[in-house]
Amino acid sequence: MSAVAEETRKPDTAARLLHRVRALVSNPHGRPRALMTITWIYMVWTILPVLIAILFSFNDGRSISVWQGFDATRWYWGDPVNSVWQDPGLQSALWQSLKLAGLDMLIATPLGVLLALGLARWRGYGSRPANFLMLFPLITPEIVMGVSLYLVFQYVYVFVEPSTTAQVLGQVTFSISYVVIVVRGRLLSIGRQYEEAAADLGATPAQCLRLVLLPLMLPAILASTMIVFAISIDNFVIAQWLSCGAGCDTVPIKVYTATRSAPLPSINAVAAIMVYLTLAAVVLAYVVYRFLTRGERAKGQGQSEFAQMGSIDFN
Amino acid sequence: MYPRWLWQACAAPGVFWLLLLFIVPFYAVIGVAFGQLDPIFQNPIPIWNPLHWNFDNTLSILAQFVPGERYWLVFVRTTKYIFFAVAISLLIAYPVAYYISRHARRTKTILLVLLVLPFWVSYLMRMLAWVGLLSPDGLVNNFLIWSHIDTDPPNWLGGHPGTVIFALIYGYIPYMILPLVAALDRIDKSLIEASRDLGMTARQTFFRVTLPLSKMGILGGCVIITLPMFGDYYTPQIVSGSPETSMLGNQIYLYFHGGPQPDVGATLTVVLSLFLAVLMAYYLYSVARAQKDLQ
Repeated sequence: MSAVAEETRKPDTAARLLHRVRALVSNPHGRPRALMTITWIYMVWTILPVLIAILFSFNDGRSISVWQGFDATRWYWGDPVNSVWQDPGLQSALWQSLKLAGLDMLIATPLGVLLALGLARWRGYGSRPANFLMLFPLITPEIVMGVSLYLVFQYVYVFVEPSTTAQVLGQVTFSISYVVIVVRGRLLSIGRQYEEAAADLGATPAQCLRLVLLPLMLPAILASTMIVFAISIDNFVIAQWLSCGAGCDTVPIKVYTATRSAPLPSINAVAAIMVYLTLAAVVLAYVVYRFLTRGERAKGQGQSEFAQMGSIDFN
Repeated sequence: MYPRWLWQACAAPGVFWLLLLFIVPFYAVIGVAFGQLDPIFQNPIPIWNPLHWNFDNTLSILAQFVPGERYWLVFVRTTKYIFFAVAISLLIAYPVAYYISRHARRTKTILLVLLVLPFWVSYLMRMLAWVGLLSPDGLVNNFLIWSHIDTDPPNWLGGHPGTVIFALIYGYIPYMILPLVAALDRIDKSLIEASRDLGMTARQTFFRVTLPLSKMGILGGCVIITLPMFGDYYTPQIVSGSPETSMLGNQIYLYFHGGPQPDVGATLTVVLSLFLAVLMAYYLYSVARAQKDLQ
């Protein structure tokens, strides 16, 4: 009797393992552990390599693949020759990236917001083709846009040399549509009733726009500015095709060239700085967004909006 | 209440910008592709009038797309890589999206945040991460040797087709999961309950209800990652760099920046665009239909 009890209490390890595996695969009534395992493995697989790459920006040695000890500052500003702060190439790439992102935000956001307003409300001849036109930059492979902008500046708009100007023009073309998608979604969800109410109460059209529509659109404008910043920082193809050479190199272009030779951890450091900046901007934008839309949503809706902020951003 | 012209005036600057910097540039590509070569300097002279287009160049390039010729090989290789990358992505993405939309309860928010996180990390940074991991003295090979799975691992970055497919999957899979999650979230829960109430097993419910209802999400996700993959030239260049694994995008890049023959590059771009136009048309159609549902 006691022997049997002993056996049930301590089943064979192999059998227990088999039981575990079977429970993982076929578990009709409990939690779907197999799916859960796949999901978490996927999450680790997508995120861990980036974390490791960021970790290697703190490597003490000159390798991006062999860990040689921790040094928090060497590749950021400590190394007198090769660190991000001391290497003129990396430093200028960093500024070029930020400059392009800033100009892109300044130009693409107002253009996109106006276009979204127009496309959401303009009914009549020409509105359907315009809607169609707006979608094209989203689905055209970037190399096609790169080739066409490269050739148009060479043969048609000959007064624009490959330069920062050309890069900004290209990136704005590429980012307008993202702004339109975000802002138009917001416009469709707020509808026209608030403006109509304001007009009924005696507001002039200008007051309707400034006091009713603009504050309601503000969260979407903010989110789209954020998205423009992120896609501009991330953009590689168009910046490369319209680059004037070393002086116009952005961080992604530097990363690309470095991977073909022997990269130093300073490349990881400069790419990591971009990640820190983008994440800081996202968190800031999200906090402000939540503040501006407080009291608007039912509980638990915020997460889907947050997911939306990324979902339309595709290469 | 507003003047009639207001919304048209709002749309005008954006529309003009896109006409000038999206439509005109594409016409420039066509003009160069169907243009002529300068007899002395061999640089292309674009022809803007469609009546004078010169198709000799295009025909000679199209002739190299038949089996056995050089672009045929590149085209088949590109299609093969993309087919495997998209298929494997779908096999990974569907279960993840299914779990997140159907079963994750308390962890749903954190999972969605993790899912969006790769969008905020530069694509090139994510490739750089794998260059470090897969290099001959990197962590992957160290692990393989340490665990005796493969004591003599290959140089993953030296022209390995598997590495290119792997990198494509890693780079583009986040773009596929989000539309899938959205599609699965849209499915009405009561349909699933009805199916179970009427006696279907969980498996039957999945194959007869959930899967057909998420068909649009699957197709949308596949198209969303297929289009940029066909234009990709940096991923194979970063993780392999070998001509043995070069894709169509690499050929186009080479004709502009390697040995400059912009006319050939432009023609290949036109061919690629026409090939992708089918996919694009389908995608635009489904987007338009989804928008109609919203309005």
